[in-house]
Amino acid sequence: MENVRSLIDILELSVEEIDEMVACATRIMDDPAAYAHKCGGKILATLFFEPSTRTRLSFESAMLSLGGQVLGFSEAASSSAAKGESVADTVRTVSCYSDIIAMRHPKEGAPLVASMHSLVPVINAGDGGHNHPTQTLTDLLTIHHEKGRFENLTLGFCGDLKFGRTVHSLISAMSRYKGTRVVLVSPEELKLPSYVKKEVLQKSGVEYVQTTDLEAVMPELDILYMTRVQRERFFNEEDYLRLKDSYILTLDKLAGAKEDLSILHPLPRVNEISVAVDRDPRACYFKQVLYGRYIRMALIMKLLGLE
Amino acid sequence: MTIDSIKNGIVIDHIAAGKAMELYQILGLGKLDCSVAILKNVTSAKLGKKDIIKIDRELDLDWDIIGYVDPNITVNIIKNGERVEKRLLKLPDTITGVIRCKNPRCITSVEQELPQVFKLRDREKRIYRCLYCETQAGK
Repeated sequence: MENVRSLIDILELSVEEIDEMVACATRIMDDPAAYAHKCGGKILATLFFEPSTRTRLSFESAMLSLGGQVLGFSEAASSSAAKGESVADTVRTVSCYSDIIAMRHPKEGAPLVASMHSLVPVINAGDGGHNHPTQTLTDLLTIHHEKGRFENLTLGFCGDLKFGRTVHSLISAMSRYKGTRVVLVSPEELKLPSYVKKEVLQKSGVEYVQTTDLEAVMPELDILYMTRVQRERFFNEEDYLRLKDSYILTLDKLAGAKEDLSILHPLPRVNEISVAVDRDPRACYFKQVLYGRYIRMALIMKLLGLE
Repeated sequence: MTIDSIKNGIVIDHIAAGKAMELYQILGLGKLDCSVAILKNVTSAKLGKKDIIKIDRELDLDWDIIGYVDPNITVNIIKNGERVEKRLLKLPDTITGVIRCKNPRCITSVEQELPQVFKLRDREKRIYRCLYCETQAGK
């Protein structure tokens, strides 16, 4: 619906709006009690057509922390989609039961379709390999809190840069800031798609390099964004097995890294970051989860017009 | 070879040689009950060779679709044997129901009643992307 603000793609938010949300999330972190009843009487519907415990719990935790309530389903089998109902019809129904919707769907574009038919704001909680704007907001809040700025940072992205939607979205978001430099580390088969390079990096004039050697570029990085090679993005199991262990971050590989490097990962991790790295002060991926809860609180308030 | 000139109708001119049949299919001209002439490989000073379609009836065409097939096409409206209007086309910002998204992960692959909508993302390179999944048209 045209008069309802949804969030489908991170680039729908201006740089100023992201700054406002980062500031709001920071205020929530400083004084959570002041926000504990902001969404009293409001209901969040979590429509998860594919399982994602982490993202769903993060949304539910955010709404409960604001004093609101939650309802929903966690897999398509327990929804009317299993009976063949369209996304549009599901959302028309659910928007009568709730004030805001968070939707994850395996098909790309499903949350956009939902937003076209919903009476209430729709938040894209991930659509296939396409967009995942709240993960990007989480990443941005983490970067801002760890580095104190968005400008003049060198970001290394490592792993699956082809199917990794969180990588594409974060590159798009960071390309809007002055002095961003991007280092792309991946096996040949999982390189960043050329359209992202052409339409985002080159268009924004962002300096970038591509390599297969993580250790060689490690000393340059302010942020290292590790990713998992995701089984569900492959049509061919053999390709997945061949590529899944391409990069494993260990303490040895961090030897040449900056003292103030921040290591991020959208999680869940499989084996691409050794557990020994968890104790390193540069590991930020579990703090990132906490930031995810606060930025989702800020987003829910923004879309409900409460902040 | 000569084709009778039309009295009231439309002449779609400057079609790139070999593209006339594609345009004929997309515009659904096969459903018309009037005379429709397709001229292929006509000598052209501007293009070398070109195709032309003549439709012996006044009708409202989808100009956006013609612009998508080839923005260099010109459309002449003929009334009483005279050209009364010459339309220059441009690439449309949106095209609906003309091309299908080929991405098997797109929501349109499972919800087939959704309109197939493509948005112009790069006018210079003529790149259209699916509204839903942003896959490039033709990829």
